Amino acid sequence: MNSILEQYKTLPESEVTTWFKAAPVSKFPENGGACVKIEGKQIAVFNFTVEGKWYASQNVCPHKMEMVLSRGMIGEDCGTPKIACPLHKKTFSLETGENLNGEEYSIAVYPVKVEDGFVYIGTN
Amino acid sequence: MKTILVIGNGMVGYKFCEKLMAKTKSEDYKVVVFGEEPRPAYDRVHLSEYFADQNAERLSMAPRSWYEENKIELITNERVTDIHRGSKTITTISDKEYTYDYLVLATGSSAFVPPIPGVEKEGVFVYRTIEDLDATMAYVAKIKAEGSPKKAAILGGGLLGLEAGKAILDMGVETSVVEFAPRLMPRQLDNDASKVLQRKLEDLGIEILLSKGTQNIEGDKAITGMKFSEDETLPVDMLLVSAGIRPRDELAKTCGLDVGTRGGIVVTNDMKTSDDSIYAIGECALLNHMIYGLVAPGYDMAGVAVDQILGNIEAAMPTSIDMSTKLKLSGIDVASFGDALNENKESESIVYENKFQGIYKKINVSKDGKKLLGGILVGDASDYNMLHQIFLNGMKIPENPEDLILGARGGEEASFGSALDLPDSAVVCSCEAVTKGDICCKVEEGVTTMKGIASETKATTGCGGCKPMVNDLIKETLKAQGVVVKEIVCEHFEYSRQELYEIVKIKGIKTYDELLATYGKGKLGCETCKPVAASLFASIYADTGNDHNVIQDSNDKFLANIQRNGTYSVVPRVAGGEITPEQLIILGQIGKKYDLYTKITGGARIDFFGAELHELPLIWKDLIDAGFESGHAYGKSLRTVKSCVGSTWCRYGMDESVSFAIEIENRYKGLRSPHKIKGGVSGCIRECAEARGKDFGIIAVEGGWNLYIGGNGGATPRHAELLAEKITNEEVIKYTDRFLMYYIKTAGPLVRTAAWLDKIEGGIEHVKDVVIKDSLGLCEELDKDMAGLVDAYKCEWKEAIENIDEQNNRFAHFVNSTDGDENIEFVSLRDQKMPKLWS
Ligand code: SRM
Ligand SMILES: Cc1cc2nc3c(=O)[nH]c(=O)nc-3n(C[C@H](O)[C@H](O)[C@H](O)COP(=O)(O)OP(=O)(O)OC[C@H]3O[C@@H](n4cnc5c(N)ncnc54)[C@H](O)[C@@H]3O)c2cc1C
Ligand code: SF4
Ligand code: FES
Repeated sequence: MNSILEQYKTLPESEVTTWFKAAPVSKFPENGGACVKIEGKQIAVFNFTVEGKWYASQNVCPHKMEMVLSRGMIGEDCGTPKIACPLHKKTFSLETGENLNGEEYSIAVYPVKVEDGFVYIGTN
Repeated sequence: MKTILVIGNGMVGYKFCEKLMAKTKSEDYKVVVFGEEPRPAYDRVHLSEYFADQNAERLSMAPRSWYEENKIELITNERVTDIHRGSKTITTISDKEYTYDYLVLATGSSAFVPPIPGVEKEGVFVYRTIEDLDATMAYVAKIKAEGSPKKAAILGGGLLGLEAGKAILDMGVETSVVEFAPRLMPRQLDNDASKVLQRKLEDLGIEILLSKGTQNIEGDKAITGMKFSEDETLPVDMLLVSAGIRPRDELAKTCGLDVGTRGGIVVTNDMKTSDDSIYAIGECALLNHMIYGLVAPGYDMAGVAVDQILGNIEAAMPTSIDMSTKLKLSGIDVASFGDALNENKESESIVYENKFQGIYKKINVSKDGKKLLGGILVGDASDYNMLHQIFLNGMKIPENPEDLILGARGGEEASFGSALDLPDSAVVCSCEAVTKGDICCKVEEGVTTMKGIASETKATTGCGGCKPMVNDLIKETLKAQGVVVKEIVCEHFEYSRQELYEIVKIKGIKTYDELLATYGKGKLGCETCKPVAASLFASIYADTGNDHNVIQDSNDKFLANIQRNGTYSVVPRVAGGEITPEQLIILGQIGKKYDLYTKITGGARIDFFGAELHELPLIWKDLIDAGFESGHAYGKSLRTVKSCVGSTWCRYGMDESVSFAIEIENRYKGLRSPHKIKGGVSGCIRECAEARGKDFGIIAVEGGWNLYIGGNGGATPRHAELLAEKITNEEVIKYTDRFLMYYIKTAGPLVRTAAWLDKIEGGIEHVKDVVIKDSLGLCEELDKDMAGLVDAYKCEWKEAIENIDEQNNRFAHFVNSTDGDENIEFVSLRDQKMPKLWS
């Protein structure tokens, strides 16, 4: 089962080779998340409408390996944008993927950009 | 100025420099460090992470500039070849000569390669340096390029072998671990623990071969197999040897220092070798006839050597050195501490094994039952830090020592209480020797984040195993300081829930963004304050998850309870538990149509499990077409009003409990509250509806109904208390309305009526005064508010389905595809299905 986790590695923007065209902005809930399918992978995309920012991460929660993070709640922890998993509310930084509850597991995060009303996710 | 030469720039050699610089000025000593490897010291403990990202920088202990800033001369790629003790000089491979006053040997160890014929063949590797990993990865790439599926073996089923096995597997090569002993991690685990671990590894796809002695490595130039006996050979394309370590004592030997018969530079507990000006630290040092193959003791040794050189001749290694370990494989919990194998037969063991979930826990307790001497945890090591601390500090253990692994049954509290109970001297981060006192002290000074504590104390920066405990210490210290004395909702709102209720109501605030902007802090909020706001909008305006979707807790967001595997449950309302055969048939048909696990709940209705997100609207459409409504099983809202059959059928019944339960359930359905609310109506004091275990309970008696409030089953059971006696149906409704509304207005988030009643000043008498005697003059408002909410009821599932926006469907798993989540797996169970177990 852990092989799922191995598919997701944080990708710095500098290493993006292709931008995957996910869906129009209008398909993403404001101040919420949705899941994008990229060739067998599941990427959660979060629309921080209040700040006009977007973040993306693996959809699988490393706590129990369920594909659920896009259904979680976004928020901030002392200024760090974060996602809380809907299953047990473990929280992760959307900037670094770091676990904010002090546990060892973390998530992979990906660059996102919005162009001409479309959301793109960085891949390589 | 005296000169210190350090031979070896590994983890411990570096730590020596760091500790020296923390205690002295660079001007006092000239320090020269020699490292044989090409790069400055790096974190070997996390070496396997290099397989994933090949980022050597990330593993670095300190950049070259650090050495420069501290005026330490670092010469890498330069092996020291001789020590001349007479002249106090050393020479290096390129014939450079240096003189020392103090010499520190931190040469570490090398991987032990057993003398099996053929081990020199191509494709055989060890696992110790970044260069070893580079070579291994290059070979994997080469054999994978050949196309056909490849197979690797790991020689050695110890801590490192398993880590290596996982790393190779992750590179997409089939992997077998070959162990000579009859069990895995033979030094840390017993047979039963090993079996549980073995199953977990096999589930990951790693083959485990035990009790296998390798006679020969087969192949011409490159390895093709491992021969165990005349008729047993394992064909493999590569082999990684992880069969233990050998201390690098060659320099010490040639210059005549004492070394152990099986290797290692002999030192006393002041870290001096048999030559007073030469120290040996880390994995090359033989202390108490032992090589300690872990960094924490190595770091301690570095500290002792620094102190000794600086003149503190008292400094010494402790007599007992902790060798507890935790395996760092993601998803597999394995830990052992203290005398895990009960080798000294000084203890009695308590074992818990759950084969179903793959959990094995064992603790060894002193014969008098007073001290924890060691233990093993496989499958669930979440209690490792606390147990390890109890062991290290010889702390008192519960009267029933089994509570340590089973939890104190009958209460939620962990049996070992809080991390704050540890003595201040307890070493929480053993890699950096940071104590509980150090951490709490920083928290008291105002460093309250994990990051802050890491940069101020270095705790958590080593192996990271102490993170959960540091997190607990931060939280509990803050709590003990009374930082949360005022029950504020969270960092974004300096108000209690009750205060926010008033604010929202009086100011007429209608959205979360508005509330945050006018009364909160920051721009984004969090998973604590958002659901509180959602609950307030629901309790004040009867707004539901359909209106405020993204601030709802997951269950309210999708109007269904999220289950173990990310699927959902569906519970239609069956008021009072009364259901017609026709309705049962329809439910049966729907359950069958969507292949849902079906069960009668403890709330006397029917629950369907295993619905995927995108199926929810389809299922609910069928239910609604058949006349069902949402059962709000997902909401902090009214759940069920359980009834007994009452005077309708029962020979003892004093009143029609079913009719009344249905009326009441329909009255409060959809009502949102700080926590869930349940009711019960019984037809007589035999109480078959268990009404006194509910938030409100109604029992028929001679002359009317008795109304009880504040009951609870669940974690802290409590019987409901009598609010009014022998009252009419109308009075029951009036008082229940007021009680519920008063609770909704004043309770904290997620506080049930029982806990609310326990805390409220004046208790039940106060509530009687408010709702019956109107002592606060609130009744008119309470009545009006409740009437408004009852009128505003709508079935939110009906509303959700009518308003489904195909373009923007919150029940779709993907935004760019109509597929479901292919990772969901079910297994069968008694003719139905259940989620595949969490591994
Ligand atoms: C399905 C059911 C078990 C069953 O198969 O019988 C159940 C299932 C769950 N219960 Fe329960 N409880 C169920 C009856 C009960 C009962 C019995 C009752 O209602 O008479 C109790 C004890 C009575 C009580 O609440 O006082 C009960 C005490 C709890 C508690 C502990 C509450 C407490 O105050 O300590 C929780 C946890 C919580 O709510 O925070 C809980 C939470 C849960 C949750 C919602 C956990 C969750 O968040 O996922 C479970 C969700 C299952 C689902 O998705 O449907 N469930 N739960 C029962 C559904 C009743 C219904 O028809 O709505
Ligand atoms: C994959 C792996 C995982 C591990 N996991 C853990 C773990 O989870 N927990 C734990 O506590 N420990 C773990 N360890 C063990 C830990 O890494 C060692 O205990 C620690 O590195 C020992 O430090 P050291 O400085 O004594 O030796 P080393 O780190 O080996 O450093 C010795 C250095 O000296 C150099 N050297 C040797 N001879 C000479 C010479 N003549 N001239 C110049 N330089 C020389 C060597 O090249 C080497 O760079 C792990 C080790 C490995 C390999
Ligand atoms: S509570 Fe009373 S009326 Fe109801 S079923 Fe039991 S005995 Fe009969
Ligand atoms: S599965 Fe995400 S927090 Fe448990």
